[in-house]
Amino acid sequence: MDLDELYQDIILDHYKNPHNFGEGGPQCTNVELDNPVCGDHIKLMIFVDHGGIVKDVKFTGSGCAISVASASIMTDEIKGKKISEVKVILDDVLQAMRGQKAPETLDEHGDLIALKGVVKFPVRVKCATLAWHAIKDAIEKIEQQR
Amino acid sequence: MHIATAEKKSFKVSDLIDIDKIRNDFPILQETFLSAKGSYKQLIYFDNAASTQKPRQVLDAIRFYYEHQNANVHRAIHKLGERATQAYESSRQKVADFINAGSVKEVVFTRGTTEAINLVASSWGRKFIQPGDEILLSEMEHHSNLIPWQLLSHEKQAKLRFIPITGEEGRLDLSTFDNLLNEKTRILAITNMSNVFGTINPVRGLIQKAHERGIPVLLDGAQAVPHLPTDVQELDCDFLAFSGHKMCGPTGIGVLYGKEKYLEEMEPYQGGGEMISSVWLAKATWNEIPYKFEAGTPNMAGAIGLASAINYLNEIGMEKITTYEQKMTTYALAKMREIEEMRIYGNAAERGGVISFYLGKIHPHDIAQFLDSEGIAVRAGHHCAQPTMRKLGITATTRASLYFYNTFSEIDTFIDNLRKAREYFGYGS
Repeated sequence: MDLDELYQDIILDHYKNPHNFGEGGPQCTNVELDNPVCGDHIKLMIFVDHGGIVKDVKFTGSGCAISVASASIMTDEIKGKKISEVKVILDDVLQAMRGQKAPETLDEHGDLIALKGVVKFPVRVKCATLAWHAIKDAIEKIEQQR
Repeated sequence: MHIATAEKKSFKVSDLIDIDKIRNDFPILQETFLSAKGSYKQLIYFDNAASTQKPRQVLDAIRFYYEHQNANVHRAIHKLGERATQAYESSRQKVADFINAGSVKEVVFTRGTTEAINLVASSWGRKFIQPGDEILLSEMEHHSNLIPWQLLSHEKQAKLRFIPITGEEGRLDLSTFDNLLNEKTRILAITNMSNVFGTINPVRGLIQKAHERGIPVLLDGAQAVPHLPTDVQELDCDFLAFSGHKMCGPTGIGVLYGKEKYLEEMEPYQGGGEMISSVWLAKATWNEIPYKFEAGTPNMAGAIGLASAINYLNEIGMEKITTYEQKMTTYALAKMREIEEMRIYGNAAERGGVISFYLGKIHPHDIAQFLDSEGIAVRAGHHCAQPTMRKLGITATTRASLYFYNTFSEIDTFIDNLRKAREYFGYGS
């Protein structure tokens, strides 16, 4: 297996300079998740306005290149989108990672294309999906509150 | 660099061990992996603290057992049963001799280190631990020498206390040991060699101090017994737990050594066949030790495989194994320290070939993945020692762990690839 398929340039760029890394504003909903296998940790902060649009999303934490890059790509991808659109992307990612959808499903979603390689490295799927499980939890939390 | 080079040149490997012959004994060491670029990468197995590879002699012994000796042990009135019993019991004698146990009755076969420690926590602990008693452990224990005592302490309202560690150096901080060991302490359970730092703990002195107060000591020998000559009578430990698969034996077999006087006063661990003497519908009496602790059909093939592994280690010689591994470890550490931003966890003078590290800010899983793509097997994670990791303020390390079938040239390849990994993940060139 080719290491470069896993660590594509997009992944390494996001890992070295993660986007939307930092603390979110006071109106944000916060979710924290761990990946006990690696010890990856993510704190996700998201603000969704009353129109259901993701106005702000930030993350902090520590993790491997895959988990940091995945979180960075995720925040880029969902910012400015409607929650209903985010859910579609979320389903695509989680199902592609579980092998329930073709990896090519990710081609339509910007830098997410770089996560395609992870599918071939089953032990790293958990790293790639941590941020996505965090956003899933955050959406549930927001919907319960409203 | 100079130290390392000098170290390498100061002796000839062939004066110590016949490394080519040894490597030929291990079929799996010939494995190669096809890389993405179309070249084959030879396996470099540096995950020996987790499990070791098996020489052909061990595999043959297990096969021979199933082809020529297999039947249930004890009480069989047929030839195969006799052979199986003889092979199983001579394996017990082999283990007793290997650790210099005073009597073969002191050797109990278990599934591994974990079961051996659980056996003591359950059979000895439940009988002798009272509310308010203290169980003394250290902050560098593997979960297998922590959780059984947690379970016992919850059940008995006993208190766990811990000998602290010095941080990144990975040594025991013994400055408060005399206070930790007090009139409430009922047992000291501690690792002989750390599976995170490689530190060889000064257990002889700790055992002496515990014994001055009449406190028994259990040693977790999972890492020590495969790599260091072990003499339980000289150590004077009361219990010693270790695993077959970490010393070239098969999985699913391990050993609890226990002094006769302790084993005699302990209750059985599990109930079933073999562990009884006479059984009525409402009561039973127990078999003599060690059978009292071996309920059910034992792992005969495992015990025979372990005895064969011991034969193999003895043929090379445990002293030679220790010396060779220490020379490799010194060499590897010196080479690793030349790499910028290399942080090594574990810096004790007395140490084995278990090397935990962090390179720059690169996550251990990324390092391990990179090395894997070059055929190098290391471990990344918390190494079943989450409290130890927490104390160090990290969640994981990368760990390379050596055995006598590894080579200096494998270490060179490993070092080259650490440098490449550093570049790959964006740390200069």
